[in-house]
Amino acid sequence: MIGLALVVFFVALAALAPAFSAITGNSPYAYNPDALGPDTAPTGPLGGVSAQHWFGVEPRTGRDLFAIVSYGAQVSLLIGLASTAVSIMVGVAVGLIAGFYGGVADRLLSRLTDIIFGFPFLIFAIALSATVPASVPRPLLLILVIGFFGWPSIARVVRSETLSLRERGFVRAAAAQGIGSGRIIIREIIPNILATIIVFTTVSIPGKIGAEAALSFLGVGVNPPTPSWGRSISDAISWVQVDPMYLIFPGMALFLVTLGFNMFGDGLRDALDPSEAEASTTTSTEAAPAAAPVSTDPLSAGGQA
Amino acid sequence: MNRTKFILMRLLGAAFVLLIIAAACFAIFYLMPANPAQYSCGKPCSPERLAEVERYLGVDQAWWKQLFDFLGGIVGGRTYGEGAAAIHCNAPCFGYSFRLRDSVTDLVIDRLPITFSLTLGAAVLWGVGGIAAGLIAALKRGTAADSTVMGAAITGISAPTYLLGLLGILLFGFTLNVLPIGGYVPFTENPGMWAFHLILPWIVLAIANGAIYARLTRGQMLEVLSQDFIRTARAKGLSETTVIGKHGLRNLVVPLTTLFAIDIGGLLGGAVITEKVFGLGGVGTLLLEAVSNLDIQVIVGVTLFAAAVVIIANLLADLSYSLLDPRIKAVR
Repeated sequence: MIGLALVVFFVALAALAPAFSAITGNSPYAYNPDALGPDTAPTGPLGGVSAQHWFGVEPRTGRDLFAIVSYGAQVSLLIGLASTAVSIMVGVAVGLIAGFYGGVADRLLSRLTDIIFGFPFLIFAIALSATVPASVPRPLLLILVIGFFGWPSIARVVRSETLSLRERGFVRAAAAQGIGSGRIIIREIIPNILATIIVFTTVSIPGKIGAEAALSFLGVGVNPPTPSWGRSISDAISWVQVDPMYLIFPGMALFLVTLGFNMFGDGLRDALDPSEAEASTTTSTEAAPAAAPVSTDPLSAGGQA
Repeated sequence: MNRTKFILMRLLGAAFVLLIIAAACFAIFYLMPANPAQYSCGKPCSPERLAEVERYLGVDQAWWKQLFDFLGGIVGGRTYGEGAAAIHCNAPCFGYSFRLRDSVTDLVIDRLPITFSLTLGAAVLWGVGGIAAGLIAALKRGTAADSTVMGAAITGISAPTYLLGLLGILLFGFTLNVLPIGGYVPFTENPGMWAFHLILPWIVLAIANGAIYARLTRGQMLEVLSQDFIRTARAKGLSETTVIGKHGLRNLVVPLTTLFAIDIGGLLGGAVITEKVFGLGGVGTLLLEAVSNLDIQVIVGVTLFAAAVVIIANLLADLSYSLLDPRIKAVR
């Protein structure tokens, strides 16, 4: 419940960012040099927290930190949710095809899944950002790159569930009636793996949000001046001694939204699938950690490099 | 299929995957609009000089010939340019940085001790800490100890390393002034200072990574403990230590090894974030520097190196399964 509350809070924060901006009259792009001291650090306690600037201001520019954090929530959630959607769509499609048709398709797709799963995502994403022309919008690039590297774990789970469903009576009965495979997949298989897909979607969102923040932190994510929590945290490095609140506010936002999605995902998994809640079984010699409880997603591991 | 054949097949498979990744890297980074000659040419860059550099690098050739030269360089080394200006890059040659005037292989080897020290120390901490915490949680299921470990684990998973790292620097470096805020001292120079400079990065990486191990260990252990053979072992009157240690833990070895291989392999390819936060000039920093200078040869080289490390780590894990768990026969 705490998880859900945190998620709702951040979605509301993102949605209401323009409204807050209108109330306080602060934009995330407007410079306020008068809020800064002669050393360009914010004047006043806690990084310049006041009725006007709820989270204080950014050092050097005097931009309103609350506006940056709330607009940053939009960027973070947009990229996190959209890249999750990309991952889930690719992963479910690959898993269904590999699991349902088997044979050569399965062998090829499973091999591909292994390759992408073991790929050094963070390194590759950094390298890619250097070579992709600046004309490609960064948020779109981030959604595609993060989304593309996130599908293997869901593909493995969908594949193994489809494999076992395929042998079940109702699926074989449908096949015996001469119903086409496309129809069987849509009418019989998908409804039975929907709970798994929903849980997986929820638990993969925090990893994606973390990946965007990590890339922005490293200076290869969202371009300035678009607000991004990761970049704010990176900028805060050189101010951490003078103005620690500049690190704390965006840092806490990132931590809490990740925590919220993780807790919500855990709760959802316990509610929808009690057997998976306790443990997972890894039977193949490949010993895929894909079925392991939460966050063995390479993306979340990437965020922890 | 016997073991030798199995190992050979796995090695061949790994080599094949690496070849595909090398080709993909090459295609993406060399055939994109970005011209590597432009970046190696320096500024100002006259058209004559550019043509010269292009010939030098071989990028005026057809793409398939370039790929062939590149792959050939990995196997047998290659020479850029001719005559007096020729630069030889020894095998395995993953490219040559004209900016740093060194082969990518040498650059990575120079930086590797830092990344290696960072990864190894952290891995020991998170392995021991994470698994121990997970075991405690599983054995004391439903108690305060369990909920504390699980609460700490979800916090660790949710906290990004750079946030933990910066908070650590703020607390121990600036406020308490007991630990250095960054930097690296080689082990060969002063082992004490080496550990002293790395202790905070180790702890930070261990918290972030260990949380997953705690959760995995707890989940797997609970499942193992619910199975019949554990009940049989207990019924035989074996001590709880033997039941847990010998019958329980053995079943966790394979999933934990898999995860270890992925994590260690991933970090050895460049612990980019931790290196940046603590000012450690490892492989990840080499990549970030190359990105900001658009040193494309280094970018490709480090990416390939990182992919190779992950694949080798996975291969070693795969090969170890049949030794670790006698139930797994080397059949694949």
